[in-house]
Amino acid sequence: MTIAARAIKFGDDINTDYIISGKHKFKSNDMVAMAVHAMEDVDPHYYEKAKPEGAFLVAGSNFGMGSSREQAPLVLIHSNTKAVLAKSFARIFYRNAINTGLPVVECDTDLIDDGDELTLDLEGGVLVDVTKGITIPFPPLPPVMAQLLADGGLVEHFKKHGGFALD
Amino acid sequence: MGPIPGKTIAEKIFSAHSGTDAHAGDIVVADVDFVMGQDGTSPLAIKALERMGVTQVFDPKKVAVVMDHSSPSPIEGVSALHTQMREFGKRTGVKVYDVGCGVCHQLIPENGHVVPGDLMVGCDSHTCTYGALNVFSTGVGSTDGAAAMAAGKLWFKVPETMKVTYTGELAPGVFSKDLVLFLAGQIGADGATYKALEIGGPVIDALSVDARMTISNMAIEVGAKAGLMKADAKTLEWFEGRGERVPAPVEGDADASYCCELVYDAGAVGPQVAKPHSVDNVSPIEEVAGTPIAQGYLGTCTNGRLEDFAVAAGILKGRKVHSDVRFIIAPASKQILLDAIAAGYIQTLVEAGAVLVTPGCGPCVGTHNGVPSDGENVISTANRNFKGRMGNGNAFIYLGSPATVAASVIEGAITDPRKYFGEGR
Repeated sequence: MTIAARAIKFGDDINTDYIISGKHKFKSNDMVAMAVHAMEDVDPHYYEKAKPEGAFLVAGSNFGMGSSREQAPLVLIHSNTKAVLAKSFARIFYRNAINTGLPVVECDTDLIDDGDELTLDLEGGVLVDVTKGITIPFPPLPPVMAQLLADGGLVEHFKKHGGFALD
Repeated sequence: MGPIPGKTIAEKIFSAHSGTDAHAGDIVVADVDFVMGQDGTSPLAIKALERMGVTQVFDPKKVAVVMDHSSPSPIEGVSALHTQMREFGKRTGVKVYDVGCGVCHQLIPENGHVVPGDLMVGCDSHTCTYGALNVFSTGVGSTDGAAAMAAGKLWFKVPETMKVTYTGELAPGVFSKDLVLFLAGQIGADGATYKALEIGGPVIDALSVDARMTISNMAIEVGAKAGLMKADAKTLEWFEGRGERVPAPVEGDADASYCCELVYDAGAVGPQVAKPHSVDNVSPIEEVAGTPIAQGYLGTCTNGRLEDFAVAAGILKGRKVHSDVRFIIAPASKQILLDAIAAGYIQTLVEAGAVLVTPGCGPCVGTHNGVPSDGENVISTANRNFKGRMGNGNAFIYLGSPATVAASVIEGAITDPRKYFGEGR
């Protein structure tokens, strides 16, 4: 499946407090309501930009550093973020994204500018910056993570196999 | 056949818990000894268990949920989440630490839920704290936590290990917090991403268990998966009387393979301060001394232990908090609160002008207990100073040791605490 959307670009070290602040995430379990606050401390207009037509969140290195809050990938999903593209990811966020079904792609995001039109075929391994007319290579997901994402996340994996069934 | 190469602490713990000959880079499914969630993460884990169709946890004695981040509840939304946690406890038999018990990262080891040699996961990034107790403990998200609660297992990539050695001796007025802030300044917020740290050397040997936990607590601030230390006589003594489980200490082999080794002379490290808005934006205190502050905070899973209260009370005894400063204190657990009362530290601090709040996370994560105002500077003993962390994106958070915070609340400005120690005392 190929997803098309525009890039909304950020810098390095975007932490999970920026993705969803503690003052919002402790209030409820309602991710739809919480999603309007996604990224607000670094871009107060992120939700209104991403929500109508979807967006690729493009960042530098160490995206998702900080806390273990799974609300971070969840509010991105609910703000219509199609995938996160970054030079590198922090460990817990990366696992949480896969577990909740948010695609994450490690690639050279210096090639992408804010507002660029992108297409991503995750299974086929093809990322294209349509605005610039370039294909950006990225490595495949580690097999365990590819398996979890293919099952639809960790909950679905558990339902399907009755526990861990990782090769 | 050549000699069998040695293993790191991480490789040994993952081998023992997965029944494999685990080496860095391997993917293993390993048994976990304990699973924990807090009030920001447990509700999502409970929901994930429901979606999985799981009604019981693998072993109720090996699971706990803790209300610490927003506790007692400041708003009805949180009250509803706390109710879900209490009901989950009743339904499954897992231990519930209700409001006022303290911070999860103090309660889990304090109550003997983990012992040296264990593998545990917690739905909170600072779960790495118990690395100081020779436990491979690491933070995971709620769905991973739910899977571990259901199966008693989780998949892991066995991490490479970075060895960090502190040589020499700490100068008076310099503490373990300064050592870990210094490390963050040196290697950066992603300096150890995906890696385990093994932290040791004579300086670590000389530290108390409380002080060691401060360092392991902040392993995540350099991206690490764990901040491991060996268990010595002090560690084992610390566990005495805390439960029936028998410690099984694990040491790294002398010929274990490390991805890199860092050696720092602790004697050359003075008080350190992390400046807004990142933990690796670290300066020696001389560079920020004199910065005015409106609020000070002593507490958190980093520095809310008895020793931290002793240091702050030692400095504030007979002195006053500056009239322009709010000084908030939160012991990391009820037990620490009781011990600090018995030792007279709470009396001293409150007489000096401190405001005591409930054992727990306090104002660290911006939910309650002291949200700073626009433009204000805060000096805090916490582990994070991200923009908006304490609930206001227009405030500025500086991080330092309990001594630095105590010295600063007296002056109303960031202050080098060394004048209260050693010869200048």
